[in-house]
Amino acid sequence: MVRRRKFIKKSVLTSITAAIGIPIVYGRFLRGEILPIGLENSQITLPGKSAELIVLNDRPINAETPPHLLNDKLTPNDLFFVRNNGLPPSRVDAENWTLTIGGESARAEKTFSIAELKSKFKTYSLDITLECGGNGRSEFNPPAKGNQWSTGAVGCAKWTGVRLSDVLMEVGVKEDAMYIGYYGADLHVSGDKTKNTISRGVPIKKALSNDSLIAWQMNGEDLPALNGYPLRLVFGGYPASCSGKWLNKIVIRNKVHDGAKMGGQSYRVPCKTVAPGEKVKDEDMCIIEEMPVKSLITYPKTGATIKANQKMPISGKAWTAAKKINKVEYSIDFGMNWKSCSLGAAANQFAWQQFDADVSFDKPGYYEVWARATDSNGKTQPIILPGWNPKGYLNNACHRIAVKVEA
Amino acid sequence: MTDQMQSFANKLVVVQLLVLFFLSIAIHSACTDDNKRESDKQLEDKASAIGIATEIDTLTGMALDENFELVRANCITCHSAKLITQNRATREGWKGMLDWMRETQNLHDLGENEGPILDYLAKHYSPENKGRRANLEDIEWYELESE
Repeated sequence: MVRRRKFIKKSVLTSITAAIGIPIVYGRFLRGEILPIGLENSQITLPGKSAELIVLNDRPINAETPPHLLNDKLTPNDLFFVRNNGLPPSRVDAENWTLTIGGESARAEKTFSIAELKSKFKTYSLDITLECGGNGRSEFNPPAKGNQWSTGAVGCAKWTGVRLSDVLMEVGVKEDAMYIGYYGADLHVSGDKTKNTISRGVPIKKALSNDSLIAWQMNGEDLPALNGYPLRLVFGGYPASCSGKWLNKIVIRNKVHDGAKMGGQSYRVPCKTVAPGEKVKDEDMCIIEEMPVKSLITYPKTGATIKANQKMPISGKAWTAAKKINKVEYSIDFGMNWKSCSLGAAANQFAWQQFDADVSFDKPGYYEVWARATDSNGKTQPIILPGWNPKGYLNNACHRIAVKVEA
Repeated sequence: MTDQMQSFANKLVVVQLLVLFFLSIAIHSACTDDNKRESDKQLEDKASAIGIATEIDTLTGMALDENFELVRANCITCHSAKLITQNRATREGWKGMLDWMRETQNLHDLGENEGPILDYLAKHYSPENKGRRANLEDIEWYELESE
């Protein structure tokens, strides 16, 4: 067998032999979609994204933001995480892009261009936090399959678009409407054009809520290609997988939407809590409709070394599916004592809230700063991992950074 | 296959070789020495984290052994090798993932290769007990400037 260890150092020719191992199969990846082909450990650049994102997976693209880069009030477009289930459409013609509303509980089927959406309906801008349901998955034990997100599958941006409810009401919603489902233009990773990559949705009540948007802008600019350009849904408080990207169709359903990744164990947790590692049947899994209270310390970056007489400012973000965050506290003694942080207001519901504190340490040593948020439903982040679930969703354990205090 | 088709297929392979050749040069020259050192170190750390004195394939980041080629040929044509290397599961857990891919993701019939593929995955990417919360690890210490 050919050993390929460190071949890049040795010979370029070796790398060709290696890459050409199965030449015909590779042919279909030469669409210019994602480079380099199979070179998993080389520097991967994602279009429109900062090189500081941590790429967990490049086919499909999944990349997260290190916590210290989430310190801005609104997450810049190039730092916003990417969770793709398939391959983004390669050529997007926004001028001729259409959104069709239909489904058995729609009174009619109507199609809108983006220009029509802009001219027919009032435009709104809302700051909304989107977090992947599997954010924090990497900590679960036993491990759960899927992208092993650390803490960075979250961001808060200003989304501009129209209210989904305005568009649905224009088309007409029947009495028996129960759910909406979306379809997008992304391609299944297998390349099979008959397969939907992902087609999820939300209950009709959430769809008709004033803060549910069909958006074409993120932080005042066109949506980034990897975040759904030219059109997407935005639902605060739900797993971000509900906020369909490259949106071209919405169906109003008279039952729970049954599109790709709605069923089985996808984006579901056990209806009743289970012991770590327990097997759960599909029918005992319930759809996640609420993201938990959570926070991140976004300043300083973990690993800060300071002097004993030096005060250390900390900042962070806290968010919840509830009405708002009521309190954020920090501890420097592994949870024995907790002190309050000052807490900013949210721009609107589902925007994250900033917290700050000045931390002082009495004596030299190794410390961890922990932060925990409490929301208006009275729920507080746990210090250890929350309830284990087979797919590793909803880890809202408190964030920790390491600090060394020197004499 | 007719001669004409064969000749066309040969040309295709030549074109692919050329593309890959230039791509490799581009990537090769884009890698600074620092990057290379860092990347090698990370790979070695990964290997030692797995707890096996395993050689790592630089191209894919996957563990090298007798079944590596089989896994490479069958798995990473559709998805990234990172999806393998970042996951941990028992043999049964990996089997569950293959079943899921077969049912929902158009995975082809692996036939007699399935056993050796599962052996490879369970050997190199098995779970470790992390408890209910792990220590903070891989901390890069730096001096925080006073404001």
